[in-house]
Amino acid sequence: MSTPRMNPVAQRFQPGDSVRVRHADPPGHVRTPWYIRGHTGVVERVCGSYPNPEELAYAHPGLPAQPLYRVRFLQREVWPDYTGGARDTVDIEIYQHWLDPA
Amino acid sequence: MRSHHDMGGKPAGPVQRSEHDYAFWEKRVDALLVLLTRKQRMNVDELRRNVESLGADAYDRLSYCDRWIQSIAQSLIQRGVISVDELGRKMAEIEQRARDPGP
Repeated sequence: MSTPRMNPVAQRFQPGDSVRVRHADPPGHVRTPWYIRGHTGVVERVCGSYPNPEELAYAHPGLPAQPLYRVRFLQREVWPDYTGGARDTVDIEIYQHWLDPA
Repeated sequence: MRSHHDMGGKPAGPVQRSEHDYAFWEKRVDALLVLLTRKQRMNVDELRRNVESLGADAYDRLSYCDRWIQSIAQSLIQRGVISVDELGRKMAEIEQRARDPGP
């Protein structure tokens, strides 16, 4: 089955850019974990552009495709009581519409 | 509001590392999902959404594959692939068959 072609949303970030995860709380199907909202990380890589799963979850086409990034966060920044290494990180794949420049 | 399933970072105790053998019905659930997604009758994002919509009590009580089959049923009803009445009648028929295996 052919899918309708539509140009993906323009890519706003590059590897190395600081980004802040939006502190949003919409109802519905969301892929951005609660614990990372509002936190700041660095783009580790661009993963490509994909139909938005928040729309696919309701059987909508999810187009235009959204750029997806792997964003790296410092564990001690995410968890105030983190007792592991100071340079430990957590990587999370986050869609562009959840990210603002930091 | 934080959804029940979105539990990353909450206290949860140690990770259970034991594996279990899959029951035949669990393999069937997996096969059913593969077929339905390949034939584009539903997608895995709908699967996730309907698992998330189970409610906290069912989410915690049901096994992994139980959540899946509940979610698959919801997804197919939402898409109109099957109807509630059709599903209800088929479930009753199978329950009857289990009670009365015949000669």
